[in-house]
Amino acid sequence: MPQFLEHSMTAWKGQRIEHKPSLVDSFDPRARILMAVIFALLVVFSKNLLLPFIGLIIAFVFACLASLHLKRTFRRVIAMDLFVAMMIIMLPFTVTGDELFNVFGLSASKEGFMLAIAIALKANAVVLTMLALVGTMEASTLGHALGRLKVPEKLVHLLLFTVRYLDVISREYRRMRKAMRARAFVPKTNVHTLRSIGYLVGMLLVRSLERSERIYDAMKCRGYCGKLYLFDTMAWQQRDTGLIILAVLFAIFSIASGAYTV
Amino acid sequence: MTELIRTEQLSYSYPVRGVVLDSVDMSLHAGERVSLEGSNGAGKTTFLNLLVGLNKPKSGRVFAFGKERKIEADFIEVRSKAGFLFQDPDDQLFCPTVLEDVAFGPLNQGKSFDEAKAISIGVLDCLGMAGFENRVTHQLSGGEKRMVTLASVLAMKPDVLLLDEPSNALDKQARLRLIEVLSTLPQAMIIISHEPSFLDALVTRRTRLQGGKILDV
Repeated sequence: MPQFLEHSMTAWKGQRIEHKPSLVDSFDPRARILMAVIFALLVVFSKNLLLPFIGLIIAFVFACLASLHLKRTFRRVIAMDLFVAMMIIMLPFTVTGDELFNVFGLSASKEGFMLAIAIALKANAVVLTMLALVGTMEASTLGHALGRLKVPEKLVHLLLFTVRYLDVISREYRRMRKAMRARAFVPKTNVHTLRSIGYLVGMLLVRSLERSERIYDAMKCRGYCGKLYLFDTMAWQQRDTGLIILAVLFAIFSIASGAYTV
Repeated sequence: MTELIRTEQLSYSYPVRGVVLDSVDMSLHAGERVSLEGSNGAGKTTFLNLLVGLNKPKSGRVFAFGKERKIEADFIEVRSKAGFLFQDPDDQLFCPTVLEDVAFGPLNQGKSFDEAKAISIGVLDCLGMAGFENRVTHQLSGGEKRMVTLASVLAMKPDVLLLDEPSNALDKQARLRLIEVLSTLPQAMIIISHEPSFLDALVTRRTRLQGGKILDV
């Protein structure tokens, strides 16, 4: 994988999100999540190409409103589009239908091609919206908002713990990786490399497990009995209701446009 | 002096490490600050774990706050009266924000949200950490993390503090702050530390864990 893409998957800067304050921030996190989910469902289930196309345009509007960091957003979208590109190449040949063109005796179907385009449009629209509406809030805020939206407690806890310890574990990984480099380890295609990387991953798992036990002990020491408490200062405002009304209007428009009946 | 914690013939062994505690008798009285020294792997942390029931002794008895403590249910009360400060602050700070972390203990003790919040802010204030309530825990510096963990333990209003290498990885200034804060606290303490200067400034009695026994120094 190219360096600049690897970065977007492994670089974890905790909850620090570097984005300029924008219009999106003035909405309640719950409203943003609801909007993003309703929008995503509407776009994903559409059966024609028009709605995903409109969806993509709306997603661009969201991205502009959220004044997303251009380079970083582009990198993330590209990371996903690599998978989509695979699909665009594969689908015309695997879906049966009217022949569009012919490569080395393999026929590419029109239906497959249309399907691939639909997937590309939908995926990009949903990812952009998520980055704009949900990606711009801190991960712990996301956890709190989900908790307030009555998402099962266990899932919320899982998210909050992941947020909290991903950084600690990735620091541990980087420390060990650095220690390996300090002893002149260079990954090559041989058994030594495989074994060393195996040790690294294994050690990371063992350390994480031990750490989780210590955390659980620390929680027990403070009287933990299965409940976490969330403090937050979310306030639902009129504009949040407005956002939800917009989402509902979009839903009515989507259904009226016949996107789900074809 | 009231006796707060006492162990009788307490023994513990690990499968590979073997016996780390061999019939240990030890007691802690109100107003005492006792050091627990000893080499790495001597079993100091294990001993503290036994006191609050995180490990089960192979034999021997633990008395805490006037009662013998045997099963998990007994130790729940002990844990809220004996505040345990872990070696690595990252193990202890698991909530996203400082306020949530400090309020976690009081909430578990049955306090309401408002009470817990008031207690937490009060304790943070006492430790000179006012204004840190809404900071994100893993972005704090080492010294700040240590103070927040101390606040999260003190918020439960314990009678005893069990401190596992509290001055670990602190710079000189943070260490002095910690000494200053600890020396004003009324709680009885057991302090594990390798630093003579840190202990000299705080403890009233020194003990050493060696060969599975705790001896007065």
